[in-house]
Amino acid sequence: MIDKERLIWIYKTMLRIRKFEERALSLFESDKLRGSVHLYIGEEAIAATVCSLLRDTDYITSTHRGHGHCIAKGGDLKKAMAELMGKETGFCKGRGGSMHIVDMSKGNLGANAIVGGGIPIAVGGALAASIKKTDQVTVSFFGDGASNQGTFHEGINLAAIWKLPIIFVCENNEFGISVPVKQSTSVKDISVRSKSYDIPGHTVNGNDVFEINKVMEEAIARAKKGEGPTLIECKTYRWFGHWIGDPQLYRTKDEVEAWKEKCPIKTLKKYFLDEKELSKNELDEIEKVIDKEADDAVEFAINSPEPDPSTVMENVFTDIVNF
Amino acid sequence: MSIKTYSQAIKDVIAEEMRKDDAVFIMGEDIAEAGGIFTCTKGLLKEFGSERVRNTPISEAGFVGAGVGAASCGLRPIVELMYMDFAYLAMDQILNQAAKIRYMFGGNVKIPMVIRGQQGIGRGNAGQHSQSVESLFMHIPGVKVVMPSSPSEAAGLLRTAIRDDNPVMFFEHKALYATKGEVPDDPEYSIPFGKANIIREGKDATVICSHLYVQKALNEAEKLAKKNIDIEIIDPRTLIPFDKTTIIKSVKKTGRAIIVHEAHKIAGWGAEIAATIMEEAFEYLDAPVLRLGAKHCTLPFNLGLENAVVPQQEDISKAVKKTLYIS
Ligand SMILES: Cc1ncc(C[n+]2csc(CCOP(=O)(O)OP(=O)(O)O)c2C)c(N)n1
Repeated sequence: MIDKERLIWIYKTMLRIRKFEERALSLFESDKLRGSVHLYIGEEAIAATVCSLLRDTDYITSTHRGHGHCIAKGGDLKKAMAELMGKETGFCKGRGGSMHIVDMSKGNLGANAIVGGGIPIAVGGALAASIKKTDQVTVSFFGDGASNQGTFHEGINLAAIWKLPIIFVCENNEFGISVPVKQSTSVKDISVRSKSYDIPGHTVNGNDVFEINKVMEEAIARAKKGEGPTLIECKTYRWFGHWIGDPQLYRTKDEVEAWKEKCPIKTLKKYFLDEKELSKNELDEIEKVIDKEADDAVEFAINSPEPDPSTVMENVFTDIVNF
Repeated sequence: MSIKTYSQAIKDVIAEEMRKDDAVFIMGEDIAEAGGIFTCTKGLLKEFGSERVRNTPISEAGFVGAGVGAASCGLRPIVELMYMDFAYLAMDQILNQAAKIRYMFGGNVKIPMVIRGQQGIGRGNAGQHSQSVESLFMHIPGVKVVMPSSPSEAAGLLRTAIRDDNPVMFFEHKALYATKGEVPDDPEYSIPFGKANIIREGKDATVICSHLYVQKALNEAEKLAKKNIDIEIIDPRTLIPFDKTTIIKSVKKTGRAIIVHEAHKIAGWGAEIAATIMEEAFEYLDAPVLRLGAKHCTLPFNLGLENAVVPQQEDISKAVKKTLYIS
């Protein structure tokens, strides 16, 4: 069950992600932003719905496609945009960039440029909660491609034997760069891999907030009761190329357009109107506020200082290590 | 001779070797239909089919290990790592398996395998996608380490790598793919391992460098020449095996040596060369051997910070002058 307040939060969060990334894209295209930028647009329902059930004390691990996770976990758009631009005011003081955003104050243990790299780290987050006997849960976000890494299998097995409070959320967007899932992956539904580890597995429509919510609520309840992990596969699609400039020879424009019809934001907006939960005016107002928030983030990032090169050796270690 | 880019040179040699030897095949991420994200395998699928040009899942330990197994069973795999940083995921298969199998099994097995891919800075890819990791592979016996710095070197060294009966780590540089140069048309053109390349002859100091620093050293050499400083530039081409003879001979002539690499300075390959020079040419040295390498720091995303971590072109001249006691 999603109450109205939470549903509006999910809607706003999806919009926030969308509008943030639209701006990141245009900054990239106008050479104001560089590096590897992987857009989450089209997949927003997953991060928004999953994180609507988490508290700041709950943990997530994220991926190279991590802006959505960061924002849904409560990350400040300004700090996120500043990080994408490599500025001192960014989450990681410009050291990490798009693929390495962390936000410990909101339980975001970090994005990761190594496919599958975050999965065992999430298991460690859940292990810490278990050892400390807190009621925190951990969610590990990762792609379909990551489910072919050893870390996925080793991580799930560990979580299963130790009955850790963790939910593995696989965002299956049909491709790992150019390679279709059916070419790289032995199973049609990645959730069936849960059977190998004797834990529950679900495949849901990753563009449907209600479907995601239902299995997530069950998984969280299970985690909190000490019954162990759950694997949730959310079927979705990324609208843009793997990276900005990707020629996308592996799919047709029609396929992309068909998926755009299944836009989670559009769907939820229609739901609000159909159910008379929100009026058009109210929805417009929400959009206006978020547009402003995203614009402010861009302005903040552009006006922020570059890091000082003389500080480059800070934080290699916690102390000064001479050689 | 043909003018080719570094990536074209690589692709052409792979294709030529696949035509000549059915045992050669290639696998890696996004290398088939997409032709590799740096286009080094473009068109190979069409010519050789999906048996010999294989997309792999994102399973580095798995497919590098499968390469080791296939090599021990008579094939000659070329395994592409999209980024050499991902070799870490397959470290056991490379350094505990590929590197050791021949020795541990008393010479009964050989592993004719090339692991190739790009590394280094230049695309704002941050800490996990910008490293120069070649030094790590020099420390463990059993793998050869190759560093091509130009299109013709890439072609000649890759052919030797594919024909070598040992595991070869072949380090390309992402910022070199688009560089163009003359490449011999001879389909047998190869460069032997362990033969350094004297890029420029000079008498005052020896600069030993590879990848991007070859061009940077050449640029500095011109500036230094205007000040009557004449440097010799040597590209070792392969780090294992290593051409000690050429380098020692050069240092005996110039009395000064500077090693420059993008890899971290601490325990980087420059240290090994410096120590070798000290052991074999100490009495010829007129100044301490200097090393330029990346600071002991993760490669940062921000460009200004990245530049603060890796040696800059001007640092080469500064180091040369330091060995000449010129301020
Ligand atoms: C260990 C590792 N191998 C390869 C890559 C290169 N790479 C980056 S993203 C990606 C595809 C990832 O696919 P998936 O996990 O499905 O996530 P998606 O990008 O589709 O969201 C690949 C191969 C990497 N970053 N890390």
